[in-house]
Amino acid sequence: MLKITNVETFYGKIQALRGVDLDVNDGEIVSLIGSNGAGKSTLLMTISGVNKAKRGNIVFNGKNIENQAPHKIVDMGICQVPEGRRIFSRLTVEENLRLGAHANEKGKYFENDIKEVYDLFPVLSDRKTQRGGTLSGGEQQMLAIGRALMSKPKVLLLDEPSLGIAPKLVNQIFVSIKNINKEKNVTIFLVEQNAKKALELADRAYVLVNGKVTIKGLGQELLKNKDIQVAYLEGGSKN
Amino acid sequence: MEKKDIIQSFKDSLFTGLIALALFGPIVGLRTASKGEGLFITPQWGVVFLLVGLCILGRFLINLNSARKTEITFFSKFTSKFSAVTEDKAKHFAITAILFAVVFPFLPFTDRYFMDVAIMILTYIMLGWGLNIVVGLAGLLDLGYVAFYAVGAYSYALIATTFGWSFWICLPLAGLFAAFFGILLGFPVLRLRGDYLAIVTLGFGEIIRIILINWYEVTNGPDGITGIPRPSFFGLPFKRSPDEGEISFHLFFNLEYSTMHRIIFLYYLILVLALITNYFTLKIRKLPVGRAWEALREDEIACKSLGVNPTNTKLTAFAIGAMFGGFAGSFFATRQAFISPESFTFIESAIIVAIVVLGGMGSQTGVVLASIFLIGITEMFRDLEQYRMIAFGGAMVLIMVFKPKGILANRKPTILMHGDKK
Repeated sequence: MLKITNVETFYGKIQALRGVDLDVNDGEIVSLIGSNGAGKSTLLMTISGVNKAKRGNIVFNGKNIENQAPHKIVDMGICQVPEGRRIFSRLTVEENLRLGAHANEKGKYFENDIKEVYDLFPVLSDRKTQRGGTLSGGEQQMLAIGRALMSKPKVLLLDEPSLGIAPKLVNQIFVSIKNINKEKNVTIFLVEQNAKKALELADRAYVLVNGKVTIKGLGQELLKNKDIQVAYLEGGSKN
Repeated sequence: MEKKDIIQSFKDSLFTGLIALALFGPIVGLRTASKGEGLFITPQWGVVFLLVGLCILGRFLINLNSARKTEITFFSKFTSKFSAVTEDKAKHFAITAILFAVVFPFLPFTDRYFMDVAIMILTYIMLGWGLNIVVGLAGLLDLGYVAFYAVGAYSYALIATTFGWSFWICLPLAGLFAAFFGILLGFPVLRLRGDYLAIVTLGFGEIIRIILINWYEVTNGPDGITGIPRPSFFGLPFKRSPDEGEISFHLFFNLEYSTMHRIIFLYYLILVLALITNYFTLKIRKLPVGRAWEALREDEIACKSLGVNPTNTKLTAFAIGAMFGGFAGSFFATRQAFISPESFTFIESAIIVAIVVLGGMGSQTGVVLASIFLIGITEMFRDLEQYRMIAFGGAMVLIMVFKPKGILANRKPTILMHGDKK
């Protein structure tokens, strides 16, 4: 569904991605783990078209998207939940959601879509008219996910949904992600520092080190991998 | 309040006095006067000490007030009450204000002078509302807004004097021209944000003014354009003795001729134009494009990742804001019947930005209050001639001290729950 081959991305002269190969199949949950500065967020931004790949191909459903504008990519069915949630803090919850549906707000499915998001995250329904900035971190993350779902994506890119959120809410959000995948048939590509959670959830997973994929395999397999345990789970992980 | 605080604020006040002395000393204290041959310096230390004393006292009072942490002064009581009223009953306030504006020309105390001031305030309200789209909603700080005002005024003047078309044809054309210039400015600044954007827009405003001065063949340079047609009342001119074949306004309605007719008509014209601007802004805020403006102000990266096209969004904001500036410019041209580049200097942009910022970014009612306050105060002190800009500065300082986020700082959500409507 989404196939990334040999992608290289630069910030000025600094190379952040050094030839990433990765693919995501229809209906899967794929996790990408790695430490700070490995290039995880850069990869997501490159898929979304916010950063441009200097070399390599990104193919989505048979079409090359590496040179497309971000809004075109969203229209094709890839939507990103950016790192740090990036809620429109002075806009209300419902206004935030409406922005997610930006292009198809006048569409006939809009009312139904917004109801589905409220069913998925009932707390958002209670806070409809509250400003985005007044929500707690976990609620903001739900809003960010809900907002992205409003664009009816085929693939949802999630950037560190556990960042800065209370552990109890992290569990709830990961359950929701699983539900979105299973019930709404949305393919998930998840980027996380919380390696244990991400691997438990994933069908397949990749490890990114210094802009390159070093290990790949099934989520359950990687959980048992000695190198990963040392680097991301017991030795390195404070989670 | 403790003794320590008093000493602290007293020290702070003395320091303020020192700054004031450094400023006023050379500027006010040393006065050059020409006597016989050449210039002589006449010191006027008395005035300096008076000013410095006022600064110390003012600072001390402000300190006392903020130290107590409760707003007890008359001014802050007044303003907090004011904003409470407008937040709770914004609709009632708006309706009352509009009704007042409608009957204003016929109130017993309204004379020619009041009407002129009111027209001026309304022009600034309209400009403020226009700029509010760009600055308040889309969050693009535009310091060259006067350029669009100028483009509108000159487009109107040139079209009207060259082709002799009526006001109602020239007005939309001038708006379109201004919108076109809005897009012209929009393209090069798409990637800029914050301070950088402000500098470029500032430059744009100056470029337009300098072109107006130097493009003599078209704009008549610094001499400006004279004889711009006055608006007519849907074809009925406001003239004492109309040309042959014409019927003037007072004859048609069988009234005694009065110059006030034209003034009142102009007043209603700008009132309607301003209200259209406001209505349009309030409506567009609830549409996807308006919401995209506000989202862009909040977070550009989030916008991109959600599929909002930032290029189109910014360009529409610039174009629509510019269009209303152009309308206001046309009105200015037809009212003055004479325009020159002197009317479109940077200070005009600065005043409009001040109105938007002091009103509380994005607040429509705030723009009205700030216009009345800033323009009204400056007019009230007109007798002081060159000192009236001090009143303008003072008014700004007062707002910044007591209402640092603007007179009305709260953004009203575009969606309310059922039963939330008060």
